[in-house]
Amino acid sequence: MTAEPKGDDGTRRDFIYIATGAFATVGAGIATWPFIDQMNPAADVLALASLEVDISGIQPGHALTVKWRGKPVFIRHRTPEEISQARAVNVADLRDPMRDEDRVQQDKWLIVVGICTHLGCIPLGVKETDPKGDFDGYFCPCHGSHYDSSARVRKGPAPRNLEVPAYEFLTPTLVKIG
Amino acid sequence: MRRLVLALAVLVPGLSFAAGEADAPKNIEWTFSGPFGTFDLPAARRGLQVYLDVCSTCHSLRYVAYRNLTEIGLTEDQAKAIAASHEVRDGPDETGAYFMRPAGLAEKFVPPFANEQAARFANGGAYPPDLSLMYKARPNGANYVYSLLTGYGEPPADVELAPGMNYNPYFPGHQTAMPQPLLDDIVQYADGTPATLDNMARDVVQFLAWAAEPNLPTRHRMGFGVLIYLIILGGLLFAVKKQVWRDQH
Amino acid sequence: MSGEPQHIDDLHHELKLRGVLGWIEYRLPVFNWINNAVGTNYPTPKNLNYFWNFGALAGIALVIQILTGIVLAAHYVPTVDGAFASVERIMRDVNYGWLFRYVHANGASLFFAIVYVHLFRNLYYGSYKYPRELLWWLGLIILLLMIITAFMGYVLPWGQMSYWGATVITNLFGAIPLIGDNLVLWLWGGYSVGEALLRGFYSLHYLLAFVIAGLAIVHIWALHQHRSNNPLGIDIKGPQDVLPFHPYYTTKDLFGLGIYLIIFAALVFYMPNALGEPDNYIPADPLQTPAHIVPEWYLLPFYAILRAIPDKLGGVMALAAALLVLFAVPWLDTSKVRSARFRPIYRQLFWILVADVFLLGYIGGSPAEGIYIPIGQLATAYYFAHFLILLPIVGKLESPKPLPDSIATAVLEENKRKRARKLPQVGVQPTSAGGHH
Repeated sequence: MTAEPKGDDGTRRDFIYIATGAFATVGAGIATWPFIDQMNPAADVLALASLEVDISGIQPGHALTVKWRGKPVFIRHRTPEEISQARAVNVADLRDPMRDEDRVQQDKWLIVVGICTHLGCIPLGVKETDPKGDFDGYFCPCHGSHYDSSARVRKGPAPRNLEVPAYEFLTPTLVKIG
Repeated sequence: MRRLVLALAVLVPGLSFAAGEADAPKNIEWTFSGPFGTFDLPAARRGLQVYLDVCSTCHSLRYVAYRNLTEIGLTEDQAKAIAASHEVRDGPDETGAYFMRPAGLAEKFVPPFANEQAARFANGGAYPPDLSLMYKARPNGANYVYSLLTGYGEPPADVELAPGMNYNPYFPGHQTAMPQPLLDDIVQYADGTPATLDNMARDVVQFLAWAAEPNLPTRHRMGFGVLIYLIILGGLLFAVKKQVWRDQH
Repeated sequence: MSGEPQHIDDLHHELKLRGVLGWIEYRLPVFNWINNAVGTNYPTPKNLNYFWNFGALAGIALVIQILTGIVLAAHYVPTVDGAFASVERIMRDVNYGWLFRYVHANGASLFFAIVYVHLFRNLYYGSYKYPRELLWWLGLIILLLMIITAFMGYVLPWGQMSYWGATVITNLFGAIPLIGDNLVLWLWGGYSVGEALLRGFYSLHYLLAFVIAGLAIVHIWALHQHRSNNPLGIDIKGPQDVLPFHPYYTTKDLFGLGIYLIIFAALVFYMPNALGEPDNYIPADPLQTPAHIVPEWYLLPFYAILRAIPDKLGGVMALAAALLVLFAVPWLDTSKVRSARFRPIYRQLFWILVADVFLLGYIGGSPAEGIYIPIGQLATAYYFAHFLILLPIVGKLESPKPLPDSIATAVLEENKRKRARKLPQVGVQPTSAGGHH
């Protein structure tokens, strides 16, 4: 702006400039919100976010992969051996310490998102013929992460255990994921 | 621009009667018109009931999802129950077969007919249009729908109806393949509102206006704030401009 | 600076930058580039009125279109089966999707409104005359691209008006001798308006927005070569005639923008469909033409000219000529005086032309029947007569009023007059809301 000697007039003028600038900046800031929010999941995407799965057909020792939010979810019907194996571990020794009891709602059902926490590959171990890794759970072939029968990381580069999604048992054989 | 009268003669899917302009629709005060307008939610819920009991036997609502019904005040369970009373095709299952299952909240309203051909076949060649956007797809949409629903009557002596047609002066050409859909007490309102033709027509309009423009209340509210802000900003910018130009005057 | 600048080229408000900005400026002189374009180093006539706001407004309108368009493109599906539903998904499910779509649709309308005011401002003040002919041409090319872009954008929602608008307009090209049929085939990429056309239009609609943005920069470049015209239409004679663009015209443009945004918001939030056709909320149906096909309001005058000629090729040629004749205006206007302020007869003709264009718009929106046909033909004839006959003749015959010596003296006299008018009655600072100086 043009340089003029300051006085009462100058103060008043500066006040108008600053107030206008601040007011406009706040408005411009608020106006960016729709541009950001439109990148959030749309209402129809959110509506598809839950999935009901009938688990009556999964035999003990077997697992099933279902697609939820575009990602695989592993539902494993654990045997008593697998359960006791998972509970025998000293939690304090784990990289991502979690008790098996806190990772399941019903002891025999282990439900986790089948995405390796390292870089997003899908671990093996659902199919009978798959390698299950050194700890009898899941094994990620990309970079060699081993998960145990509670899907906790035990070996390899993965930083965290496989994620447990929100789910609830609607009936003993019907589970709602999400 | 809206060509209010002329465009009334526009598009009558499936029908091609000699041009005849529709009468200007009746003028009703709607709760959702005007800058502070919003939907009458109890009326919209009653309108939903009329739609489900009457309109939905022929007219689809394909852009509205069952989950949306919570926006007009239904509980999730109520919306789920309405969804579950319709079936959608799903699949393939693990054997590769397609199967029918009850619709869920995420599904759009299940249309009454599988496709346009089926709809025409069931309706004597006429195609009942989808209602999701009816409020916006006709000029003066709210008044048009209301007038159409309440406008049936005996044809004047000089009007000869084509076979299967019904007289309605608010429809372009003054005759429509749709028989009068609403009659007094054709539905029973749970909230005790008398199910008169007039009440039902108003309720259906509330429901269809919401179906076509569900964001209208948000838009009106947000617009008020935005305008207040912009008017203040405009005043400030004027003051700045005046200040800068002072030495030039 | 030593002494008063004698010549306008003596005015220098170059930015001297230090620190990080100086480091950048030394390598890429972007700050002075901006300063020369819209800053303190762009000397601007001191007497510009509010009609000179519309160029800057058009630029902002374009930016709004591009920003909202990028968002919409991220959610839109350019297929015959998916387009309409994807637009409804944007309106219902995408967060603030309705806001983006309503801003984009109404923004297009307002963009045209701004550009039309801008164009008629030039016609009134003779801004197209020597040495600004190319500046004028660039503006016309931008308008032409805007028309194409807007038309393609209107097709994208794939409603009834989209579909039939696309059908009618692409069929126009069939009128062109020899290559017409091939052109139509290429536009369609098939036997009718369909998938290939929709995708092609989507691709070009996106591209053309940026072509327009590029041309707008060239347009401003050309503007700066000989600087803005002004309401008096006389050249800048010296430093006393000008003001630095910043802060004088930046603040004035910002105030104009504030007013524009108020109108924009009122439209978007309270009557978002007022400028659109209800028919476009009906999905495209290739077996059913709407009874009354009309383009958006901003194309109605051209549509009236197209329909005025009862012959396919003739109509298309008239439509093209209506735009092309504007390119010749700098030479058709034989008067040496730019501003209509000093041209009593041309000023009348200008307003008759404005009325004629409004009449054409009205005819374009009315059905092509009865009395509308001859009125449309007369209005079309007058449109061409204005440019091809009246403009050259009036320039020769008219005796213009005397021009002021300079912008500075005219502004001084104006201020004196204003003060004399206001002081006796009010006795306070003589300023008014509408005009200035």
